[in-house]
Amino acid sequence: MATEKLSIAKAINASLRTALENDPKVVIMGEDVGKLGGVFRVTDGLQKDFGEERVIDTPLAESGIVGTAIGLALRGYRPVVEIQFDGFVFPAYDQIVTQLAKMHARALGKIKMPVVVRIPYGGAIGAVEHHSESPESLFAHVAGLKIVSPSNASDAYWMLQQAIQSDDPVIYFEPKRRYHDRSEVDTDAIPGPLHTARTVRQGTDLTLAAYGPMVKTCLEAAAAAAEEGKNLEVLDLRSISPIDFDAIQASVERTRRLVVVHEAPVFFGSGAEIAARITERCFYHLEAPVLRVGGYHAPYPPSRLEDEYLPGLDRVLDAVDRALAY
Amino acid sequence: MTVDSTAARKPRGGKRAGAKKPAAGAGEPELVQLLTPEGERVEHPDYAIDVTPEELRGLYRDMVLTRRFDGEATTLQRQGELGLWASLLGQEAAQIGSGRATRDDDYVFPTYREHGVAWCRGVDPTNLLGMFRGVNNGGWDPNENNFHLYTIVIGSQALHATGYAMGITKDGADSAVIAYFGDGATSQGDVAEAFTFAAVYNAPVVFFCQNNQWAISEPTEKQTRVPLYRRAQGYGFPGVRVDGNDVLACLAVTRAALERARTGQGPTFVEAFTYRMGAHTTSDDPTRYRRDEERELWEAKDPILRLRRHLEREGLADAEFFAALEAESDALAKRVRETVRAMPDPDSTAIFENIYADGHALVDEEREQFIAYQASFADEESK
Ligand SMILES: Cc1ncc(C[n+]2csc(CCOP(=O)(O)OP(=O)(O)O)c2C)c(N)n1
Repeated sequence: MATEKLSIAKAINASLRTALENDPKVVIMGEDVGKLGGVFRVTDGLQKDFGEERVIDTPLAESGIVGTAIGLALRGYRPVVEIQFDGFVFPAYDQIVTQLAKMHARALGKIKMPVVVRIPYGGAIGAVEHHSESPESLFAHVAGLKIVSPSNASDAYWMLQQAIQSDDPVIYFEPKRRYHDRSEVDTDAIPGPLHTARTVRQGTDLTLAAYGPMVKTCLEAAAAAAEEGKNLEVLDLRSISPIDFDAIQASVERTRRLVVVHEAPVFFGSGAEIAARITERCFYHLEAPVLRVGGYHAPYPPSRLEDEYLPGLDRVLDAVDRALAY
Repeated sequence: MTVDSTAARKPRGGKRAGAKKPAAGAGEPELVQLLTPEGERVEHPDYAIDVTPEELRGLYRDMVLTRRFDGEATTLQRQGELGLWASLLGQEAAQIGSGRATRDDDYVFPTYREHGVAWCRGVDPTNLLGMFRGVNNGGWDPNENNFHLYTIVIGSQALHATGYAMGITKDGADSAVIAYFGDGATSQGDVAEAFTFAAVYNAPVVFFCQNNQWAISEPTEKQTRVPLYRRAQGYGFPGVRVDGNDVLACLAVTRAALERARTGQGPTFVEAFTYRMGAHTTSDDPTRYRRDEERELWEAKDPILRLRRHLEREGLADAEFFAALEAESDALAKRVRETVRAMPDPDSTAIFENIYADGHALVDEEREQFIAYQASFADEESK
């Protein structure tokens, strides 16, 4: 098998399976990951094939899940833990921020922390509160962690392989509203580096930079803009920490305009970091200020209002128009 | 698996009529029971209870209406009127028994499944549905009935309850607090920390755990190797296991625990041993992890049927009572259905409401931008 069309959820499942097969030190841990196969069925069938020692249903305790994963990593294992939903990572936040992120530095580089924390994140699935949040910048602010988010099945497969092989802790944010989007996955391919951005649409008038669930929205916005004669470039950042600023810079030097799109609140969000750095790097190239589209400084709203809260086509296009009007 | 936890999966009910003490086998956790699955009253030396026929009928009515409301909500979810529903099917006795043990000035901290307790506290059932419909993230004023908001993050509220109870002590008041959570929640650090605080500060709080055997797909054995009620001992307060399908036992045990709290004797942990007859929520598929026979076993211990048998056996309710209740249930279901269908979507600017008590400049700015942006579409349309 080389190339297959898979959904993002199935690609992650295939990637976990490959990792379990290739490395006896890989273990999967989390709530309901065993018999149920996870609430999104991402771990479906893995416990059946690899047993309860490798695919571990944990007690309902996120701090416990990450804390024990740290201990397993100290003992030479490579735990891949699942947090059931974005809003439930916070009981584990202390372990991630004060322990997982800093262990390597504190041990003078003598210990490695090959732990992957998988978090289904983002909204637009009509859920109740704490099931739709985008907490990536809360983690990106912390040194010692790598933060990535795939936007398609191939990246879902390969970025998870790379995350598991990494000796550093990686927070792997899964765009849950895109779980069922299907695309080609070549399991024999040689992937590019984990932290590089990719141009998913070439254009000349403006750059849209996004990651995870918003890449598709930006591609749709670019398609809509094309009908109005606007030629937008779309960058899939793929990695949020580190961010591939070189790729953004190269794009902006050509298009001279940048709009950053993410679901998380704009205030202190990843877009702020990108805007600041790109303004520094591309000050003389920019024809317009870097604009950001994202969530408001408000709690994630009840589901009947999430369409108003989340950046959709219209809001992206509105920002595009504003940037082009300078 | 320990002997205890094996036993924990098969509670004894039934053949215990007239026994002075529950016939717990060697190493088997004791289960406080006052009403057998056949509807016979039994005595327990520590939990005597006097209930009038009227009170018994009242408890029955509470359970029937709660079940009907819950069933209606499940139906409304299937019809697309609710995004999600967490059913309490099978847990009516645990909730009504404990809920009816509370006093008006007590404070209740629920999880997301305490529809029967909400009923006892006088919260209009339709208020519970807003969050599940997706029109709000709460939906009622907690201080109106001393019934706190539903909490989705597992275990958080155990600490809030404890802190509230500490406040009661500081105020020199004699009310008490009850915190609800599931068996899965007992694994959370927050719950363990709540136990620590409650013990250390002798807080007037009752921890009421509905052990419904499952935390989504994970059986209780994935959370603990000892019967849960024994946890309390290590913290220095009593733990009791009660038959969670026996409304009288739940009432008696919770009443006693609340009384202990009120009289300065500190926290109690109550483990109501019950069963989640339905799915975890309407998004869950229990056929992937649970055997059907298990549910059948528990249907035989149905909390409502059990009290009905008692009422009939003792001649405490006649056909007219049951018929009237049936009609009342239908009316409740109808009201719930109509209210939910008429529930409007919130105004979109509600996104910016109540974020800060004192206001916030950024929120004001974003609200203005949002309104202007929305208005730009209206302008387009009117062109
Ligand atoms: C901190 C946290 N982690 C995970 C979840 C997802 N989740 C919701 S309910 C649930 C199971 C809860 O089981 P239990 O505490 O036994 O209560 P029950 O629903 O069975 O009454 C899980 C894992 C959550 N809501 N909060």
